[in-house]
Amino acid sequence: MIKYVLKRLLLLIPVILGVILIIFTIMYLMPGDPGRIILGENASQEAVDQKNEELGYYDPFFVQFFNYLKDAITKLDFGESYRTSKPVFDDVFARIPNSLKISFNGILGACIIGIPLGILSAVKQYSAVDTISRVTAMLAAAIPPFWLGMMLIFAFALKLGWLPSSGAESWKHFILPMITLAIPYAGSMLRMTRSTMLETIRQDYIRTARAKGVPQRTIVFKHALRNALLPIITIMATSFGGLLGGAVITESVFSIPGLGTLIVTGIRQRDKPVVLAAILFLAVMFSIIMLVVDLLYAFVDPRIKAKYSK
Amino acid sequence: MSTKRLTNKDVVSAKGKKKSKFKETWRRMKKNKGSMIGLVILIIFALAAIFANFISPEELVTAQDAKIRLQPPSSEHWFGTDAFGRDVFTRVLYGSRVSLTIGFVTALFSLLIGGVLGAMAAFYGGQVDNVIMRCMDMLTSIPSTLLALAIVAALGASMTNLLIAITISSIPGFVRLIRSVVLTVVEMDYVEAARACGTRDARIIYKHILPNAIGTIIIQTTSSISGMILQASGMSYIGMGVQPPQPEWGYMLSESREFMREYPYLMIFPGICVILTALSFNLVGDGLRDALDPRLKD
Repeated sequence: MIKYVLKRLLLLIPVILGVILIIFTIMYLMPGDPGRIILGENASQEAVDQKNEELGYYDPFFVQFFNYLKDAITKLDFGESYRTSKPVFDDVFARIPNSLKISFNGILGACIIGIPLGILSAVKQYSAVDTISRVTAMLAAAIPPFWLGMMLIFAFALKLGWLPSSGAESWKHFILPMITLAIPYAGSMLRMTRSTMLETIRQDYIRTARAKGVPQRTIVFKHALRNALLPIITIMATSFGGLLGGAVITESVFSIPGLGTLIVTGIRQRDKPVVLAAILFLAVMFSIIMLVVDLLYAFVDPRIKAKYSK
Repeated sequence: MSTKRLTNKDVVSAKGKKKSKFKETWRRMKKNKGSMIGLVILIIFALAAIFANFISPEELVTAQDAKIRLQPPSSEHWFGTDAFGRDVFTRVLYGSRVSLTIGFVTALFSLLIGGVLGAMAAFYGGQVDNVIMRCMDMLTSIPSTLLALAIVAALGASMTNLLIAITISSIPGFVRLIRSVVLTVVEMDYVEAARACGTRDARIIYKHILPNAIGTIIIQTTSSISGMILQASGMSYIGMGVQPPQPEWGYMLSESREFMREYPYLMIFPGICVILTALSFNLVGDGLRDALDPRLKD
């Protein structure tokens, strides 16, 4: 088992380096020279050139990349914001909790709604509950999260006045973003849970359990659900990637100071170090979560555990 | 044992069989109410996009009139007017052109690029497969919206760049799918037979592998279009996609934000259009899946 964990951890290193290389390369193409952005339109060309020289703007691509990588790994230095001249790391680090909070809340909400409804839908296949669940899931998958967010703001913040429409000061501020992110993913979670449960329910061991007279509840939760969990975990993990990305837009809808809003303002202000660091943090977080999910497989499925414990 | 030469009649009946496969798929699809509803919605949107000029003049998309700003829906302005006095119905109508173009163009290019890469990876295997798949692994480590955002940040916000961004972020999914489909087909005896006959690689891919993998590819492409349209509208909503004054549903929703308390209709119509379009592609995709491969049903 330790061998498996170590193998996965080692594999994470090239993946993260690859992610950094891809994002750095894309950002390298971002227009605008830093000297001009920092010193402003009225600064002399000489001063701008000097500033660019200082920042290594004229260095070749790979020199810039390795310097960035070296500073990021050894000193956790991701550069300074062109606009505020503050270290980017502080800004990004301060916003991570908000982004993580809405993403985790979103996935939690999606699981709470999607998994039980998916199980119910599979157990009572072709019933009214099944039909309603499937139609709702289909609709949920087609709703753009930002529109759902706007409708929720309109109903619960502007008309009823029950919840705040923007900000991140208290737990109340996170309710509407949570629903906004949860609903579309709950739809896909429901569909996945339903189809894997249906597949498992048709297996011989379920028939055997039924023949033995095992109660329905035990069959569903102990025999069927445990075996259907693997694909459900996979969809949870992939949804999380979507959620981290989708959170960028949801944060804008609810004006939550997270990494998403930081990226959007960064792009508008051409603040390259901020955009680069914020996207990098989100992508690395995603890679780490995928690793955790891979490890989780081993705990859920004894077959995988047995394969690596030899 | 006698060998029989193929006659013209055999060829004709083989062609007839081909046609009946299409008919069979259509017959199965017709039984699926959901996919038929989806198809009807899709056809309505497609017709609206194609014949938009005949329904409402194009000048109205950008024509501003301060005297009629923020008017509720009426017989003159079916969906009301926006903050600039522009007719919302006309903008929503022409918005269908933008969204459908984004959906089809991105799907087509991701399919083409993903298809070539996926087929190469599966067909040649070894180092080619390794290099292509490791690159795709790296790309999939970045959530697609983030990747698309990074690309738009580098290239600038415009419709073309949005198309490029969404295409690139969708390619890995297509490469994986087509690789797995082709891998199963490559193992088949008829491919080996073709190879033994000395058939060229390109011909094997085009004549033997593609026709047998096409079902899965069509299903995946149709289903992914809705995701692409949603992603594009999300990007436009945060100002990183289609730029004003071009009518795009996501951007129209973003513009309606300020006025949502007093004029909620501004966000209702473009929102419903996004949902209906995405829903119709999902329904048609599901119907196609059930019709082309009934084993996948449920």
